[in-house]
Amino acid sequence: MDFSNLIEGLGGYTIDGLTKGSIYALVALGYTLVYGVLRLINFAHGEVFMVGAWTVLGVYTALGADSGVGVPLAIGITLLAGLVAATATAGTALVIERVAYKPLRDKNAPRLIVLITAIGCSMVLMELFGHAFKVWFPGAQFGRAAVNIPTIIPTQEAFSIGGVGVSNIDLIVIVAGVAMMIVLDQFVNKSRLGRGVRAVAQDPDTASLMGVNKDRIIVLVFVIGGVAAGLAALLHTLKYDFAKFDMGFLIGMKAFTAAVLGGIGNLRGALVGGLLLGICEVYSSAVISSNWEDVTAFVILVVVLMFRPTGILGESLGKARA
Amino acid sequence: MTDNTKTLETVREWTLGLPGKISAGPRWVRVLLLVVGLAFCVYLPFLDVLPFAYIRTDLGEGGSDWASTLFTITLYMIIAAGLNVVIGWAGLLDLGYVGFYAVGAYSLALFGSPNSPVTQAIAAQFGLPTGWAMAFAACVPLALCLALISGVALGTPTLRLRGDYLAIVTMGFGEIIRIVMRNSSWTNGASGITKVPEPPAPDKDFFSTMLPERWYWLALAVLVLVIWLLRRLENSRVGRSWLAIREDEDAAAVMGVNGFKFKLWAFAIGAALGAIAGLLFATKQASVEPNLFQLNLSFLFVAMVVIGGSGNIWGALFGAFLITYLPERFREFEAWRPLAFGLALVVIMVLRPQGLFPNRRRARELEDRKHEAEEAAADA
Repeated sequence: MDFSNLIEGLGGYTIDGLTKGSIYALVALGYTLVYGVLRLINFAHGEVFMVGAWTVLGVYTALGADSGVGVPLAIGITLLAGLVAATATAGTALVIERVAYKPLRDKNAPRLIVLITAIGCSMVLMELFGHAFKVWFPGAQFGRAAVNIPTIIPTQEAFSIGGVGVSNIDLIVIVAGVAMMIVLDQFVNKSRLGRGVRAVAQDPDTASLMGVNKDRIIVLVFVIGGVAAGLAALLHTLKYDFAKFDMGFLIGMKAFTAAVLGGIGNLRGALVGGLLLGICEVYSSAVISSNWEDVTAFVILVVVLMFRPTGILGESLGKARA
Repeated sequence: MTDNTKTLETVREWTLGLPGKISAGPRWVRVLLLVVGLAFCVYLPFLDVLPFAYIRTDLGEGGSDWASTLFTITLYMIIAAGLNVVIGWAGLLDLGYVGFYAVGAYSLALFGSPNSPVTQAIAAQFGLPTGWAMAFAACVPLALCLALISGVALGTPTLRLRGDYLAIVTMGFGEIIRIVMRNSSWTNGASGITKVPEPPAPDKDFFSTMLPERWYWLALAVLVLVIWLLRRLENSRVGRSWLAIREDEDAAAVMGVNGFKFKLWAFAIGAALGAIAGLLFATKQASVEPNLFQLNLSFLFVAMVVIGGSGNIWGALFGAFLITYLPERFREFEAWRPLAFGLALVVIMVLRPQGLFPNRRRARELEDRKHEAEEAAADA
């Protein structure tokens, strides 16, 4: 226990926590949307995120980008990588839904069985990157070891508030993360398609009577979640610069915790929960030790589920749902 | 229908009807079959008659020792039987089962090994000679108690949660146990504990690494005991309550079944069986370390129960056999094992949600739900 450490570096830890939290929030969005509409924990979502990180690495490698490129080119490459990653993750999420979830939904199978196919999917995805691709593409860098991703945007201090320096990477991650959450929130709350999402979340049968194509909404939800995970992966590579076959597991767990913390099925809850969890984690590792960082998330999850299972903001994508 | 499918159908019906025919037969037939079956299991490590010996795993170059493989299979069968209580009978998805397995292994190591910080602290506290450790026989009830306590401690707050939340929380529990073992000084951290004691034996070299078949027989004896106990339990008041809770908890509550109490029972019994398996594992291994209890193992255990057919103890045992035996027999594909698991989980669950050898009741439940879905689709 070392509170003086935390208090001395409070500003820096907070920025660090917010950076982490924005990434969690974007991943949590995928859990929250799918849960809100289907009442299903998309267990394989963390692996969707992992696919995104590898895609970013792939784009960098294909373009031969490394830390030497100039600023305008670096921004262009980053945006392109984000686009490709978002497409890849949305595609992955969609394939998972078609292969593993839809057939079971048609059979009206219990949710636990769907959870098991989801675990199967995440194992398959992990092993594809951790083993199969290594065998199939001997030249590429796939495998069990973490692969370094070149930092094409070099870290430098952007500005400082009260003596606390904020790096350009932290700034990009936090601003981009929060902006994307706001855009998605507006999309779900204001647009026509978003109304469809809320309608299906509230009452699938009535929504289909009102002319909402339930199947298309489900596809949409998986695509949005996938896109958010892809963008989160891009931000993650900017900040932590690596890709690893099992990176999705911990991030998925924590994002799920964030979603539950904020209120699963609630978009704004995902943002609140993500930022809060990021800060809690960084603070706790400052106070105790970074060895225990992962335990913090699990303990928070258990405590929230015990005392307020609906999370901080309550769990409703469609407001009327009890 | 062609002749071929007709034959298949007849064979299938005959095989599926076999257990019924046997149990309907005279008592001496059942006893004889049981004795012959058990004798065969005991004889298995020495199986050397050719067409059958192809099942051995040590035929090829670099194959794994056959008797040790049998030990692992039996060990995982105990786990599958225990997890089947939680998943198959009570219908609770527990993704942290490896946590209880670790509790069993570590309680033997912590209290039974002279090298563990815990025994050393106790010895220093009470002025016992150095090298003091608790006897194996005393560690067994201790491990069971600790597992029961951790099962109840985990179950009490979490069993009121919805099913899928429960899965995630138990998974968190499994990870917490491993991280605690890794980071604490009283468990020796990441390096683990050596000199885990052996079971009591007539002479010192009775359980040696050179004679793995003795370990296998020990595990087999435990497995037989566990199966016998669980079969009694399944048909008891407790077993029927689990069934009722799994099918419809509200209806069960109306009938006076205290859902929470029986779920907690299922959790505690599952935890105890997991701990027994962990204990066997630790004593055979002679040392434990946190990395032996990775979360993947939990998924493996769940896969065994679910692929075999949850709710049917024989199905779960068969699943354990498949999942442990196949990768050992075809070791050249070992690196592909997790991928194959993942694929198998998805394919089997999508095509056959009830598992390969489902419990008859459970299969009917799922069939019912499917019809409901079809009717609802027809109405819409």
